[in-house]
Formats: sequence, C-alpha cells, structure tokens
Amino acid sequence: MKILVCIKQVPDMESRFRVSSSGNWLEESDLAFRLNEYDEYAVEQAVQLKEQLGDIPEITVLSIGPDRVGESIRKALAMGCDRGVHIRDPESSRKDPWQIASLIASFAGDKEFDLILTGMQSQDRGSAQVGIMVSEILGYPCASTLVGFSYDNGIISARRELEGGTKAVVRLRTPAVVTCQLGLNVPRYPTLPNIMKAKKKEILSVPVADFSVVDGHATTLRLYQPAKKGGGLVIEGEVNDLADRLVGILKQKTMVLR
Amino acid sequence: MKVLLVGEYREGKLREESYDLVAFADALGAQRSMVLVAPAGTVPTVDGTLYIADAAQCGEYNPEHHKRIILAAVEREDPDCIAFVHSSYGWDLAPRLAVALGAAQVSEVVAVAGDGAYEVNCCNAKLRRAVTPKTPRTILTIQAGAFSLEREPAGMPAIVPLDVPLEPDRIQFDGYEAAEKKGVDLGRAEIVVSAGRGVGKKENVGVIAELAKVLGGELGASRPVVDAKWVDHSHQVGTTGQVVSPKLYVACGISGAIQHVAGMKKADFVVAINKDRDAPIGEVADVLVVADVMQFVPALTARVMR
Repeated sequence: MKILVCIKQVPDMESRFRVSSSGNWLEESDLAFRLNEYDEYAVEQAVQLKEQLGDIPEITVLSIGPDRVGESIRKALAMGCDRGVHIRDPESSRKDPWQIASLIASFAGDKEFDLILTGMQSQDRGSAQVGIMVSEILGYPCASTLVGFSYDNGIISARRELEGGTKAVVRLRTPAVVTCQLGLNVPRYPTLPNIMKAKKKEILSVPVADFSVVDGHATTLRLYQPAKKGGGLVIEGEVNDLADRLVGILKQKTMVLR
Repeated sequence: MKVLLVGEYREGKLREESYDLVAFADALGAQRSMVLVAPAGTVPTVDGTLYIADAAQCGEYNPEHHKRIILAAVEREDPDCIAFVHSSYGWDLAPRLAVALGAAQVSEVVAVAGDGAYEVNCCNAKLRRAVTPKTPRTILTIQAGAFSLEREPAGMPAIVPLDVPLEPDRIQFDGYEAAEKKGVDLGRAEIVVSAGRGVGKKENVGVIAELAKVLGGELGASRPVVDAKWVDHSHQVGTTGQVVSPKLYVACGISGAIQHVAGMKKADFVVAINKDRDAPIGEVADVLVVADVMQFVPALTARVMR
C-alpha cells in the first residue's frame, strides 16, 4: 500500500505580520515557520494506518516551497513517514490552489498511491481547496473535513464534521483522497530517537522546473491589514490594577457584578 | 453579472445561510438564480429562478451527484459566478466544481473591494487578501454572516425541476450522527467564561473554571482546547460547538478565529484577555485586557471574591 501525505509549511500564527514590499504577500524575513497544524493530523493518520497494517504501507511526505520547508518534511519523517519529496519552489506562495493541486497531481499521477492525505486547509490562506482539487484531477473519490477515520480492506469509513457538532458518516474505496480536520486524532511529538532516525531518511529534492506548471486561475492583488473597526477599550498594566479596573468597568457597564 | 447561488438543505431544513447568498448577490447588484437539492415542496422565499433537484431521489449529501446537479443548472443558466456558503457543504463542493469548469475559486469571501477584487481573510484574520480571478467564470464561497439580508426574505421563485440521472457514486453516505447532547447547555447561560489555547495546558483550565464559578457562570472553550481533550466537547463555543448569547462573555487566551467569534458575537458584553494586543478577538471585545491569562485570571478571581 502506498500513502502520500501532502504538507505545507506556514508562518507561526502568533507572529506579527508585515506586508512585503511587493504588496501582495508577507514579509517573510522575520517570521518563524512551522508545519501547518491541519497537516499534522494528516501525517498522524497516515502513521497510525501504517501501525495498524503492520508496516505494510510506505508513506511518502511531499511539500512544495523554498529550502526552509525541508524542516517540516523532517518533522513529518520524525513522526513516522518513510521518505520525503521536496519540490523546490521559492515562488510557491505566489501560486494559487489550482497550480499547487496540479503540481501535486502531476507528481502523484504515475505513482499509484492508494491513499492521499492532506490537511483540510492551510492556516495562512485557509482556502480549503488543494486536497479536493487533487482528487478531482486524479479522478479519485474524496471526503473532506474528517474527524473520524478507519480503514479495512480497501474501504475507508469516515466521519465528516458538519456545523453544530453534527457529523456525516461516509464510506469510500481506495484509491482516495481525504482531508483532515483538527481533532481527527492526537498528533504525536517526534521522540529524540525518531528525530535521529529521520535524519537518515531520504528526501528527494526536485526543482519545480522539472514539472510543467499550469497557469494560475486567480491572483493575489493586495495583502493588507484590515482596517480596525476600533474594537473596544484596551487596558494594560499590572495585573492587580487591571483586575480592579475591569471589575469597575463590569459594575458600571453590565448587570452581572454588583 | 449573473450569479448562480447554491442553497443548502440539511436534515429537514433549508439552512438559513442560504439567504446570505441572496444578500451577497444583491450587494453586487447581480441577476441571481438558485440551485438547491431538497425534498419536493421546499421553497425558499426568494424571487428569481430556482433549480431544484429532489433530495428524496439523490440524497441530501452526495458531493459527486450534487456536483452533476449544479453543473446541469450551470449549463442552463450560464452564470458568471457560482456562489456557495463557506460551510462543510460549500467548501467540499466548490473545488470539485472549479476543476470541472476550469474556473477560478476564491474561498471565504468577506467583502468585495471597490475594484471588484474579492476580499478574504488570511493568517487568522490578522491580514486580508484581495484576490482577482483570471478566468471568465468564478466559483466563490462566502463567509456566513459577511453578507446578510437587511429585510426579511421575500418573493416566490419560478421553479425549474432538475432531473439528473443517478450514476454510481464512489462516496457512500450512511447518514448523520447527531451532536452529543450531554453536558452543558451554554445557550442559556448568562455568563460564559471560555478557555482558549492561551491557557497553555490542561491543568490550567481549572483556573478559568474557577473564575466561571465565582462569577456564577459556565465554562466554555475554544476548539483547540476541546481538540486537545482538555475540556469536553459540550463546552465548545463556535460554529461546530454551541452558539451562546450571554450577558457577559469572557474569552481567556482565545485569539478569535472566525469560527469561534461566530459562536459568541451575540454576547451583550465581551471581555477578552490576551497577551497579544493584535489578536483578532480585540475587534469584537468591549474590553481587551492585555495580559498573560494565567497571571491575570487568578487576580481577577480573587478580586471578584473579595
């Protein structure tokens, strides 16, 4: 059984973001990057499936981006993926979901993966398109937003998260694509021995120029900080003073404290 | 401009967000029609053409068949734009349709800029992107609540039944699983104090629960806290948890993801405690206390008890 996990490296969401001089993407020089949180669930699910099937599956982890994404590939290898593929593309942030999905499908096209997993969306752009588009291009069935996954003999039983806590229960046959929602499992922390082992695992590095890249369907025209609507009062200072001030405000403005 | 709106029906009900799509089309001044998979006789109060396929025959949820139904409506209507709600239904179907039609997709649109670019949130709503499609036809998903009707929906549609032949589908829908009903009913609470990722670890949730207790309120939580199993799902506030409308909502270490804000924005008074002054929760808070949650909350609890 062959499994592909597609991961993305994203900026840490706690960062203070600045817009780059081009005006349409982030100034990346002062940002810390990490593995997209949703993709950690995809990696974990692949590794759990491998454990369930007794080491039969081979897990390839794929990422597209500049040199730094190698770190996220290493993390996925330390979590238990077998080999990495890095499509080197310093311009990946300028590509739209259609181009990224086409690149993944172009890589996966002749490799007969039985299962492709992705996060349901990235934390930076949050388009939630890539995984489903990969499935459509490859002609695989796809279930998105999974919070439950089990596999038996070529059949995936899945629970999709809908609104208000309702779930849809679905089944699909491999080869298939699934996209993973937060809460699907509990992603493991790589242990030190596994981090050491991961250093010896192969990462195939391929320049994006080796692929014929399709034209994008949409462009980011501008990136900007949304105008603050003002919000409310902002208070800062020593915690006991702040507590006094807040209690004063609550007494004055609400009926909940007397 | 012609917009085809994809309405949503689930478990016996037309989903209210379907009317947000009407508001979106009206904001654009677009000519609109709607396509809906629903039982015969379900008629949204909306004027214009309504293409309707019978859910009794084709199922309420089946992305592959629903895609074919929407494509049949697209063929008849020839719209410039096809709009879904950015929901588990919309974001699942939209990319399928975008690939089938070779059309650009823009996800979770919150506004339309003066130059016609679609505005979407980026990086936890700390930034916004203006996106322009390069294809003649565009697929959009619209953030629920970003566009809403100012008046009660009105009108009677001209109904066009769609009968798209069933083909064997590769995704078998086995039914819905209801949300867990046990636990807390946050919907009725007058005070909700919620713990977010900023509390740091499971052991710290007790500090937030203690504040909830001394205030006479209930403990709420944001999604990451529930996913990490620090708190049971019945406490979750947000689109996939409970929608609350208390007199006081205290968000402790919650950054303010859109899905969370959607669940608490009806609160009368919102206090946010966050060490990040720029956290998006600040936009909806009446008071933002810039402080470390684990230092401030015990001080507040002590002050309230005094």
